[in-house]
Amino acid sequence: MSEPQDPREAIAATGTGGAMDLALSEATSLSVPPDGRSEGQGEDEKARSLWSDAWHELRRNPVFIVSALLIAFLVVISIWPSLIASGNPLSCDLAKSQEGPASGHPFGFDTQGCDVYTRTVHGARASVTVGVCATLGVALLGSVLGGLAGFYGGWWDALLSRVTDIFFGIPVLLGGLVFLSVVTSTTIWPVVGFIVLLGWPQVARIARGAVLTAKQNDYVQAARALGAGNGRMLLRHVAPNAVAPVIVVATIALGTYISLEATLSFLGVGLRPPTVSWGIDISAAAQHIRSAPHMLLWPAGALSLTVLAFIMLGDAVRDALDPKLR
Amino acid sequence: MGSYVIRRLLQMIPVFFGSTFLIFFMVYSLGDPVAALFGDRAPDPATAARIRRELYLDQPLWKQYLHYMGQLFQGDFGTAFNGQKVTELMRDAYPVTLRLTLVAIVIELLVGVTLGVFSGLKRGRLIDSSTLFATLLVISVPTFVTGYVLQYLLGVKWGIVRPTVSTDAPLNELILPGVVLAMVSLAYVTRLTRTSIAENSRADYVRTAVAKGLPRRRVITRHLLRNSLIPVITFIGTDIGALMGGAIVTETIFNIHGVGYQIYQGILRNNAPTVVGFVTILVIVFLLANLVVDLLYAVLDPRIRYV
Repeated sequence: MSEPQDPREAIAATGTGGAMDLALSEATSLSVPPDGRSEGQGEDEKARSLWSDAWHELRRNPVFIVSALLIAFLVVISIWPSLIASGNPLSCDLAKSQEGPASGHPFGFDTQGCDVYTRTVHGARASVTVGVCATLGVALLGSVLGGLAGFYGGWWDALLSRVTDIFFGIPVLLGGLVFLSVVTSTTIWPVVGFIVLLGWPQVARIARGAVLTAKQNDYVQAARALGAGNGRMLLRHVAPNAVAPVIVVATIALGTYISLEATLSFLGVGLRPPTVSWGIDISAAAQHIRSAPHMLLWPAGALSLTVLAFIMLGDAVRDALDPKLR
Repeated sequence: MGSYVIRRLLQMIPVFFGSTFLIFFMVYSLGDPVAALFGDRAPDPATAARIRRELYLDQPLWKQYLHYMGQLFQGDFGTAFNGQKVTELMRDAYPVTLRLTLVAIVIELLVGVTLGVFSGLKRGRLIDSSTLFATLLVISVPTFVTGYVLQYLLGVKWGIVRPTVSTDAPLNELILPGVVLAMVSLAYVTRLTRTSIAENSRADYVRTAVAKGLPRRRVITRHLLRNSLIPVITFIGTDIGALMGGAIVTETIFNIHGVGYQIYQGILRNNAPTVVGFVTILVIVFLLANLVVDLLYAVLDPRIRYV
């Protein structure tokens, strides 16, 4: 066993972190060009900040490009689904129940006689909105609570650690069933609220760790010696240097939140009709999988592709932002 | 070691009470168990009040919780609304889910670690990149999709296995559900093992083992694997709780009457004692699994000592 010669090996080998990040860390090392990573090779010689450096890195990563294009497409069709599917997802014709593909209806019809193609396209909105809103909520709540605990320490920190332990002890799906089964709203907000409620401890732990590390740095001590107040130190010196891990975890989590929403909808407590959602459609299609497998295939494929895109994006962002991997 | 275990057990106490109170709070304050008892009909107020008094539902929530915990520590998990003891339901359901979880974990370990070792040793080759991409795909497809598709293909279309599991859930019928349950974790185990193996395969002790002429097989199994399994064991430990709680989807698909099935039914019918009782046991399992994992470190890595 020799020293690593291939930069790909060196990059992937130094990956450290939590189980999930660790597990997800290597995907992009696949696609790094073998000659691409040596330091100081950039076109511009002046020192780059972490962010422009990361952006420089990302632009050359095919995994990032593919997933970003996919996500851009998903976002566009979730804002204007009629761009590519002009039909109404709620206008259905029972006479066509479970029929296969026909002209103008490439994916066929579901049990209610609705056009599967239109419903699959319109289903993107619910998934993407839930994923994005839940991730924003989790990231904000988690980083504020975790960051403050890491910065100030003391009893607040001890309390927060115990509280996160408590939340980790609750099985997510079961908590979701209990919490959401009593909700009667047909909007997406109870699901978003639930994901934020159970998701923030994960981010809080990461943010706390990142702030604890950033706090030790010399420039923070220097700022303190110069008489900077707590607020200024936290906002100007600690937070910008602790935010990268939070962004990484949040991007990867986005994919898993979309998957979680679909699972909750599948169990009947997530989104509810008339909201058009992949989870609901998959759940309805699953009962008829023997007679009409095409009804399951399209929404399930779209859902998996969306989750895959966000997980790949998170992976790429992680590789670009984590200096340990360089 | 002894004092370490005791300290860890003491730390579990607040977490146990916190988690169970949270679940208790959600179940009892969000739904109305007495109204659920009457189904669609409106309950007679006098009867409803009597039932509330009998079930301590007229007390403030914290008093109800204390009363529930008092009963629980005497081995009484309460009575489900159909008159069956919750402990009886548990006696039927927990062994089934435990078997299912064990099948899943064995699959995770066998397949995941094997794949991880192979791709970790062949880093950058075709087998490595295809394994990595496959794991990413597996992570992206939700369990309920995998479940239905495999059930349809293997159970219905090709008739290789029984599509649903019979009541006593024998081990051979649990293999397909076990695979479905294990899928996502399997991908994580593969990736963890791969990273860990790749990292450790350049360690000095591996070079020493190779240099002193040990056969490759022995280097991998005795030196490399043993050192690389620690993160995997950590993951499996936290996964036991997640699998038992997450088995709800798999159990719904394959009609397995395990813990997830009972809790799901309990929630649909607002059967509060069943839900709280079953989840309480799950929380205990989760906490104990984490403790066992921490103790296992010392077995895998003798350098770790507990003080």
